[in-house]
Amino acid sequence: MTKDSISAKGDLRLTRLTKSYGDFTAVDDLSLVIPEGSFFALLGPSGCGKTTTLRMIAGLEEPTVGSIHLGSTDITTTKPYQRPINTVFQNYALFPHLTIYENIAFGLRRRGIKDVEAAVDKVLDLVELPHLAQRKPTQLSGGQQQRIALARAIVNRPALLLLDEPLGALDLKLRRQMQIELKWIQKEVGLTFVHVTHDQEEAMTMADTIAVMNEGQIEQMGSPADLYDNPKTAFVANFLGQSNLIKGTISGNDGDSHVVDVFGQKISLPKNRSHANDQSIYAGIRPEKFRISRLGTPTSGNILTGGHIEDVSYIGVSTQYQVEMPWGQELMVFEQNDDGVAPFNKDEEVNISWEPVFTFGLRGDEDATAGSEVNPEELDEE
Amino acid sequence: MRKIRTPYLLLLPGFAFLFTFFILPIMNLAQTSTQTPVGGGDTGQFEQTLRFSNYLDAFLENKEQFGRSFVYATIATLLALAIAYPLAYAIALKGGKLKNFMLILVIAPFFTSFLLRTVAWKQILGEEGFVVPTLRTIGIISDSTTLTSTSFAVVMGMTYNFLPFMTLPLYASIDRIDPRTLEASGDLYANGFTTFRRVTLPLSMPGVVAGTLLTFIPAAGDYVNAAILGSPNTKMIGNVIESRYLKIVDYPTAAALSFTLMIVILILVTVYVRKAGTEELV
Repeated sequence: MTKDSISAKGDLRLTRLTKSYGDFTAVDDLSLVIPEGSFFALLGPSGCGKTTTLRMIAGLEEPTVGSIHLGSTDITTTKPYQRPINTVFQNYALFPHLTIYENIAFGLRRRGIKDVEAAVDKVLDLVELPHLAQRKPTQLSGGQQQRIALARAIVNRPALLLLDEPLGALDLKLRRQMQIELKWIQKEVGLTFVHVTHDQEEAMTMADTIAVMNEGQIEQMGSPADLYDNPKTAFVANFLGQSNLIKGTISGNDGDSHVVDVFGQKISLPKNRSHANDQSIYAGIRPEKFRISRLGTPTSGNILTGGHIEDVSYIGVSTQYQVEMPWGQELMVFEQNDDGVAPFNKDEEVNISWEPVFTFGLRGDEDATAGSEVNPEELDEE
Repeated sequence: MRKIRTPYLLLLPGFAFLFTFFILPIMNLAQTSTQTPVGGGDTGQFEQTLRFSNYLDAFLENKEQFGRSFVYATIATLLALAIAYPLAYAIALKGGKLKNFMLILVIAPFFTSFLLRTVAWKQILGEEGFVVPTLRTIGIISDSTTLTSTSFAVVMGMTYNFLPFMTLPLYASIDRIDPRTLEASGDLYANGFTTFRRVTLPLSMPGVVAGTLLTFIPAAGDYVNAAILGSPNTKMIGNVIESRYLKIVDYPTAAALSFTLMIVILILVTVYVRKAGTEELV
């Protein structure tokens, strides 16, 4: 078992994984396949169970129920040091008493790998910090420590690399730069990366596949574009970017589309983008898909009339509008400042239009605010 | 100007105290150590003759007690380390909510006097205690063997009395270790023992060094344990100094012995700290 597990490889399969702490269920009956070689992100707000899931994969927590397979090897109860899995910890967890060189060599030495020096030198080159080999971790900046933590993990060429909010402690600019670098390194070394984050932009920038987690379960899984363009739940619609969710009723069909009655106005919604299970539905539209037009200007597609501009924020590349509709809901509209049209003013009466293909439909009994109220403090720490 | 003076003002009370109660007495002690009795004078009358061979005489006369002091102190220190390390480790890493309560238990013996606690050990190890009969029943010691007035009793007493001094610094340094570095070690293919040897132990070295110094130094100069739990055969250098001062009234020998003890400890400590290499640690 020991010898088998350390050389296991292949897809990671989580089967009906559950982790409970007393009455609290951190991870609830979660099943998931992460294909070998992919960059996979577990995305969710703090407390959604993503870190617990990661720790179970690493072997730092034992599942209450369920199993974890790497390829055909069951590693559910295997000790962390017997798994071909390495972790980049949230606060790096570098060994403060060892030099950078010895930190990186740690895993290689434990496994009795020959030619430690060549491997360490190579990975230091990869993260572009060869000159820091003889320093101690505390002498490095946050960004440098982050790279060393990454180097310490990938030097072992694990079957699976786990990243636990690895960029959480970096400032915004450095984080963006590291996102691009991480993505490049993943392509370069060809390892399977599993990345845990609460930052939707980070997940979307880097991952091939994102699993959005909420309350211990996966809400939806797919490519970043899938999740953004066609969310299946209000939580995903709100957690990934912003959404306008308008309450309506399916009143008929027109070919491949539903006709949805929205407070007395009719709009069209492609059937294959509807996740409603009965007549009651939320029509979802992303703010940048909306177009604003002055009364009397010809428009096409779905149109909602009777808008009143409540607020205008000019932010350079775009202008953001809050438009109050006759039924009292405020819709958010992002307009690119690229068409030479003079920006609209506060208190103007306008219509709102959009291409029907951009509409997605959610179950009408959902909480339309789910996932939108993320405590800003939670963004900084898990 | 005021800002520059402030640190010195803060240092002043400490310096004044140390000067009056440490520097001056030690200079006095140094003076005394080279004196000789006044010819034909009363007991306790000495004159300065700069007789440095007092040191050699005092050392040669008591080298057995010197040796015993360092052997006992070393054994007691190692025993205390062996007991305190797992204790401090458990409190720091597994203590959870009970951490503070367990720390209070560690220092609880300080609520009674050092002397009383040592006398209590005499009872514990005595014929009327439960230890001796139990050990006899099991057959670990013979019926004629006693535990009081033995070097075993002295070392046990010292180990017990200095245990908190070992435990607290160990606790402080183990508690500072980020548990994630231990997880990282496991994640990087180190099993429990290797993690201890490669990560936990090196990171707790400041505590090991502080704890062993705080135990070894007072233990080497201790005379209470040997006086209460020992016999004439377990006399330590502290007992010799005490009796030279207070019973025989031979101040120069007592002073020379005190200085020799101090210097030997200083040398040992310097070598030890250098070897342990704590300056390498964060």
